[in-house]
Amino acid sequence: MLSVKDLHAEIDGKEILRGVNLEVKPGEVHAIMGPNGSGKSTLSMVLAGNPAYSVTSGEVNFMGKDLLEMTPDVRSHEGLFLGFQYPVEIPGVSMVNFMRAAVNAKRKYFGESPMGATDFLKLMREKRAIVELDNKLASRSVNEGFSGGEKKRNEIFQMAVLEPKLAILDETDSGLDVDALRIVAEGVNKLRTPENSAIVITHYQRLLDYIKPDVIHVLYKGRIVYTGGPELALEIEEKGYDWIKADIDSQDAIKGEA
Amino acid sequence: MAAVDQYLSLWKEHHSLVDSNAPEALNRLRPWAATSLEKHGFPTLKDENYQHTDIEKILSPDYGINIGRVRINVNPSETFRCDVPMLSTSLFLVVNDAFAETAGCRDMLPNGVEISSLASYARNNPGFIEEYYGKIADISNPIVALNTLFCQDGVVIHVKKGVKVEPTIQLVNIFNNNAPLLASRRILIVMEEDSEAKVLVCDHTQAPKIDFCSVQVVEIVARERSRLDLYDLEESTHRTARLSSLWMRQDADSEVLLDSMTLYNGITRNEFHTRFAGRHARLRMLGMGIEDESRKLDTYSRISHDVPECNTDELFKYVVDDDAVGSFAGLIYVAEGAVKTEAYQSNRNLVGSDSAKMHSKPQLEIYNDDVKCSHGTAIGQLDEKQLFYMMTRGISEEQARLMLKQAFMSDVIDGISLPPLRDRLKLMVERRFAGEQTACSSCPVGCNDAHNDK
Repeated sequence: MLSVKDLHAEIDGKEILRGVNLEVKPGEVHAIMGPNGSGKSTLSMVLAGNPAYSVTSGEVNFMGKDLLEMTPDVRSHEGLFLGFQYPVEIPGVSMVNFMRAAVNAKRKYFGESPMGATDFLKLMREKRAIVELDNKLASRSVNEGFSGGEKKRNEIFQMAVLEPKLAILDETDSGLDVDALRIVAEGVNKLRTPENSAIVITHYQRLLDYIKPDVIHVLYKGRIVYTGGPELALEIEEKGYDWIKADIDSQDAIKGEA
Repeated sequence: MAAVDQYLSLWKEHHSLVDSNAPEALNRLRPWAATSLEKHGFPTLKDENYQHTDIEKILSPDYGINIGRVRINVNPSETFRCDVPMLSTSLFLVVNDAFAETAGCRDMLPNGVEISSLASYARNNPGFIEEYYGKIADISNPIVALNTLFCQDGVVIHVKKGVKVEPTIQLVNIFNNNAPLLASRRILIVMEEDSEAKVLVCDHTQAPKIDFCSVQVVEIVARERSRLDLYDLEESTHRTARLSSLWMRQDADSEVLLDSMTLYNGITRNEFHTRFAGRHARLRMLGMGIEDESRKLDTYSRISHDVPECNTDELFKYVVDDDAVGSFAGLIYVAEGAVKTEAYQSNRNLVGSDSAKMHSKPQLEIYNDDVKCSHGTAIGQLDEKQLFYMMTRGISEEQARLMLKQAFMSDVIDGISLPPLRDRLKLMVERRFAGEQTACSSCPVGCNDAHNDK
């Protein structure tokens, strides 16, 4: 489904990703962990196509197509979804208009006519229920005046509407209390199918108690330095990242000397 | 030759013709107007209050003025349809510079409101015109002076004591002629004590290939406890110049909303000169300018708090694109002794291209300590984070930009107190940003191509 090969990317001339390799197969859930500043959010932004970041080398293949050639909206149509760590507030654009524009843009891409009002409202109602999102938020501006938990639930709601093949959830657990975390995680689980995949970026084991990953990666200094099964998350929870950092730093030092 | 000379010589050669086609109450002020123009001329870009609109240049072509009151053979009253349906307005027209009524326009008006041609009102009520005409506007202002020199007709809206006018009064200024034309348009609104009215003024140009120039003066007196909402919507053409100067006096406890919206225009100068003359009066000013291609919009406002305890809230927003130029200069003046004044002014602008320009000059002049005032301006671009967020949801960049521009104007649109107008304007602004030529889509007159015709 997703194949990332030796991906290098920078922002403002500073290299953040230094050769990321990642393979995600249909139905898999991958977790990406790593200390602050390791490049986790950058990876998600680059995959979603944020123009602020520039890819300097490497390849990304998504569903058999060159992902890096696509604009962010086309990536969305092709089935990529990014759940933002910090969902953006858009004053003056109502949730309803925002979602209608999103839904109809996708339909247009696939040569379908815009969705009728009744069907659209029904769709909204159904999908809101998945994350227990209050109906009142629909008439508000996008994310404006939403609590931290509502913003994150709103991300999962949007994901539910857009039905992506691959969802990248960037620290969806940050800023959530236990109840909100459960609702968000259950929402993600309800949307799982044998075909679609997810990349869950998180700092904590906590989220992974709810969303069971198949593979766990540790990103450090812009590269994936460890890959393992679910037990890796428990080890990190227990011992922190220092042992990984020390290991990689010493390897780098040896390389430097050589 | 300075542009002013052609108007002064026209006046000198034909003043008896001008006078013979207008009532005495209007003629009385013409010599003062001529003297003012002789003395001051037209302002140039060096003039502090006209830095971004070259009045001299706008007025230098020989447009032609219909001082002989030759009947221009157009009858838009039969073909004009309002683009704001469901407003159930009482519709009156000004064709070029002549007042015209539409069928049934008075049917819904209550007793105690007079809407009339200025010329005929001046003949029937000379005392009223003498009391108000030219009394609020300052004749040393070049737009006022030029208008007064040639004004032969206009519109009077006179709402008598305690009368609450329910249907919105709609006044449509239409340009339609087969040769260039300058029209001196005049609107006089007198709101007596405890009266209420909502007025929508729309500017349209129906002949897109002809040069027009509107020289308009609006005078408003809002007496004690009166309430007036005045909406002004310009949808003209690239070849239309509009010089508008509004003058208002607000007495105690009056409440006024002035909402100025420019959707399509050529070159426009809108001036607002307002003064509080009694306590506890409130003024809300909203403005919206959507400027693209080579259009220009210049707003100047001077709000004078001469007495204590009045309240002003002013918000102007522009979106400028392509090679368009926008400017806003606003002064809130708080006199010595005008204590407990509350006055807020804000001008926010989106600039969408490298060659578009926006000038902004928010000003406060305060001569006492006991006030709450603020002013601010912002000029910026669309938020890249918002654009990216929308695109990750599948919304194309073009559509996202359009939605964000629309969103930018939402607080101005939401300030409209007439729900049908608010809803309609939302749609009109959306279509405007989408580049559809829709503004007059429901009007069959045939200026549907007007907005794209340079």
